[in-house]
Amino acid sequence: MKLIPSCKPGASGAVSAAAAVATLLLGGCAGGVMDPKGPVGQGNRQIIVDATLIMLFIVIPTILLALWMAWRYRASNTKAEYLPYWSFSGRIEAVVWAIPILVIMFLSGEIWIGSHRLDPFRPLESDQKPVEVQVVSLDWRWLFIYPEEGVATVNELVIPAGRPVHFSITSSSVMNTFFVPQLGSMIYAMNGMVSQLHLQADQPGEFRGISGQFSGDGFSDMTFRVRSLPADQYAGWVASTRGAGPVLDQTTYAGLTRQSRDTRPFTFGAVQPDLFNVIATRQAPPGPGPVAQYGRETTPASGEN
Amino acid sequence: MFGKLSWAAVPLHEPIPMITSVVVVLILLGVIGWVVAKGHWRYIWDEWITSVDHKRIGIMYILLGVVMLIRGFADAIMMRTQQAAAIGESTGYLPPEHYNQIFSAHGTIMIFFGAMPLVIGLMNYVMPLQLGVRDVAFPTLNSVGFWLTAAGALLVNVSLFVGEFARTGWLPYPPLSETTYTPGVGVDYYLWAVQISGIGTLMTGVNLVTTVLKMRAPGMSYLRMPMFCWTTLASNLLIVAVFPILTATLAMLTLDRYFGFHFFTNEAGGNQMMFVNLIWAWGHPEVYILVLPAFGIFSEIFSTFSGKPLFGYRSMVAATLFIVVVSCMVWLHHFFTMGAGPAVNTFFGIASSVIAVGTGVKIYNWIFTMYGGRVRFEVPMLWSMGFLVTFVIGGMTGVLLAIPPADFVTHNSMFLVAHFHNVIIGGVVFAVFAALEYWFPKAFGFRLHPGWGKAAFWFAFVGFWVTFTPLYVLGLQGMTRRLQHINYPEWAPMLYVSVAGVAILVVGVVCQVIQLLVSIRDRDKLRDVTGDPWDGRSMEWATPSPPPMFNFAVIPNVEGEEAYWGIKTRAIETQRLGPEPVYKPIHMPLNSPVGVITAFFASVTGFALIWHIWWLVILGLVCAFAGFVWFAWRDIHEFEIPAEEVARIDRARRAARRAILERVAREQGKPA
Ligand code: HEM
Ligand SMILES: [Cu+2]
Ligand SMILES: [Cu+2]
Repeated sequence: MKLIPSCKPGASGAVSAAAAVATLLLGGCAGGVMDPKGPVGQGNRQIIVDATLIMLFIVIPTILLALWMAWRYRASNTKAEYLPYWSFSGRIEAVVWAIPILVIMFLSGEIWIGSHRLDPFRPLESDQKPVEVQVVSLDWRWLFIYPEEGVATVNELVIPAGRPVHFSITSSSVMNTFFVPQLGSMIYAMNGMVSQLHLQADQPGEFRGISGQFSGDGFSDMTFRVRSLPADQYAGWVASTRGAGPVLDQTTYAGLTRQSRDTRPFTFGAVQPDLFNVIATRQAPPGPGPVAQYGRETTPASGEN
Repeated sequence: MFGKLSWAAVPLHEPIPMITSVVVVLILLGVIGWVVAKGHWRYIWDEWITSVDHKRIGIMYILLGVVMLIRGFADAIMMRTQQAAAIGESTGYLPPEHYNQIFSAHGTIMIFFGAMPLVIGLMNYVMPLQLGVRDVAFPTLNSVGFWLTAAGALLVNVSLFVGEFARTGWLPYPPLSETTYTPGVGVDYYLWAVQISGIGTLMTGVNLVTTVLKMRAPGMSYLRMPMFCWTTLASNLLIVAVFPILTATLAMLTLDRYFGFHFFTNEAGGNQMMFVNLIWAWGHPEVYILVLPAFGIFSEIFSTFSGKPLFGYRSMVAATLFIVVVSCMVWLHHFFTMGAGPAVNTFFGIASSVIAVGTGVKIYNWIFTMYGGRVRFEVPMLWSMGFLVTFVIGGMTGVLLAIPPADFVTHNSMFLVAHFHNVIIGGVVFAVFAALEYWFPKAFGFRLHPGWGKAAFWFAFVGFWVTFTPLYVLGLQGMTRRLQHINYPEWAPMLYVSVAGVAILVVGVVCQVIQLLVSIRDRDKLRDVTGDPWDGRSMEWATPSPPPMFNFAVIPNVEGEEAYWGIKTRAIETQRLGPEPVYKPIHMPLNSPVGVITAFFASVTGFALIWHIWWLVILGLVCAFAGFVWFAWRDIHEFEIPAEEVARIDRARRAARRAILERVAREQGKPA
């Protein structure tokens, strides 16, 4: 587990020290959700750390109290008083209800504010115009369409650093979730529906992408690489991709919807305008699924297309 | 003729299922051969299979649950080792089409056929004894309920040898579970197994609710019931409320799969999100169906082993009922990431955290039950302390998952897997082991060996934390669940630690088995002659161990909370038992094969439906109905136990009690 400087939580003093310990305990910084690289992920992590601290504040004393109580009143300790009929105390009852209620009131505030501030559908504050990326989960790959740039990629997401990205997400067949742990919130990809997600990578870097909803035999390898590039390099990448490689239209898309365990990334140099809309509104047929035999299923082995 | 069934359905070329099948079939044949050769067949048929005695049925439920727990554990070992083996270039030893069946079978078996039968078995055994009555409200229905559950378990296990099991997880989300994407018989096995056992569970729910509401001994008012009876009532009310939702939801998926309906399909206006809502409207209350009885068990144990009444009994009752109501209003926390919007997420997030208030109150009440007590660290108490520590942490991570923006990065991750095992193992499984230690002497007349029990506890406790703490870390590192192959080698260290934890758990399981064997060997030394081995407080301890078929020779008259404690202290104070009652003949329900016969044909029907063997479906249904009518339709329902027999059994009990009194008197230095 390596401590990267940017991994320290923003708060100050004792809180920040405690948070750093919690962060370490809670999984360190190795490319996960405790090592966010953008504002959304930072928000997620802040909430996890705050809520954990609030709860530990009460959970640790509770555990200690339980252990102490059992030890203090162990049968062999005849010095402790024995109150065989003591089973009620209005004052203790009041405290016992009050403590959890107070904690939950704190957390409710956190829930209320956090749910609104980090709503995945909510655009990020920025002076830059967001990049539009349309995401389609396939069996078992990811298709990323850049409608404004007129290019598309499979299993590799390239984004400009420091600029918000607006994802519109759908599925060609079954459910998946689109998840880049270091950038923050995940959201479901569902056929015939479009989910919205706003993320941003603050710095250039490489991140892991993964699906969180089991989607069949090729699910485990539905991982993808996310590359965040400086603005000029991003423009260069768009320019070099555009015009090179095959065209993504309804026919090539139909090919992509067939089940495949080939996860190598590649790009499309041109995209049929409005293709995403065609997919999301089910004008393009959904993924056909596997071929069935004898009540057992066969699926293409890795590498076949 | 045989629908989709053919020899190709038998996995002859796949070593793991094939070897397992052969071993299981050999063991089964061995057991049956032994039973027949020794002439035990009649005994098993008369005393167990057709028994309608709630105690026998309870024990059979527990036996089923334990066997299924072991099957599920074997699946767990395979999953943990596969994930540790399949990192980077390596693909491990389980291809996806196997691995996906294993985690689906693991979850389905653990919840429906492991945890549920264990909890229902305990409620069945203990609750009528605690209420001071002779049986549940509908004894024959009880038997039907059990056998239908067993039929479901049978179907799941048949899928190992014939065809395949579902590869869609323990909750088959459409559209993946629709025929387009999963055309095989796996999902159909799941559907019919869960449907058949679900009907059994619903019957049990109706039965046990009625028992608590209508069958209490005279004087046993609601607020004098032991806490375990309250949680039994709560849990079964939830069963009655939500199992119909499960049945209806799975029926809709069945219609989609069999008749081309479009409830949840991609095409023709189906709505997959409806399935997810409906299944969790059942699924969240389901976890409280499991954990509420566990809370009841811990309440009994904390109070008994502290030598004190439960602290804040009324507040515990209130907290239980509060949980019942609120647990039906939180289901959306299972899919905050489906994009419902901030207002909806906020509502369900707060509602979910509010449940923790009820649970928190309970935790403090258990702690204060120990205050001023004389705490004895017998094995059940160790499990209970282990639970307190473990469950508080599981509850904390649960509340964390209930905060939508935190759930956005932990949903469906290994963090979630760690959380629900934290509460299911730390809560339900620990409770079941505590309960087995606690009530075993009642059921079988001798205690379990405490040394091996303590060893089993410590290995399980340490093993649990070593297995699941790494999963919390992995979740925060961004690892999602149900991965058959690991693309990111950074996750390897924690996966290895988790395997070490499983190894510790295996040792714990072995200790538990040794404990049982050693205890049977030493049963004379461990004998419970008094019927009250733990200095108990509720009515089950007033009966001898094991209790006679009719439980109580004379139905007790309850005069306060902790009914048996009152009787016991009075006897000790006055140095004598109450006067010998007038014994009357007792009427008990007759045995009935209706449960096992209906369930047999239900399994046949289920199997035929899975394989589309339509003539057999009709035959099975007709036979199930005919068997039901034939055996349930009878003029004599009861038989009589003559008064002399009742007197003989009860006098033996009184003699044992008198012996305790004399011993207590001697210990206190007074003449008897
Ligand atoms: C005793 C040791 C156990 C171990 C090591 C274990 C391990 C696992 C693993 C590795 C998974 C799959 C995680 C994934 O999807 O990536 C899983 C899933 C699950 N387990 Fe366990 N488990 C254990 C006991 C239990 C018990 C006692 C229960 C319930 C009473 C249970 C209920 C479940 C459920 C409901 C799932 C979800 C299944 C699904 O994905 O559909 N487990 N477990
Ligand atoms: Cu949707
Ligand atoms: Cu829930």
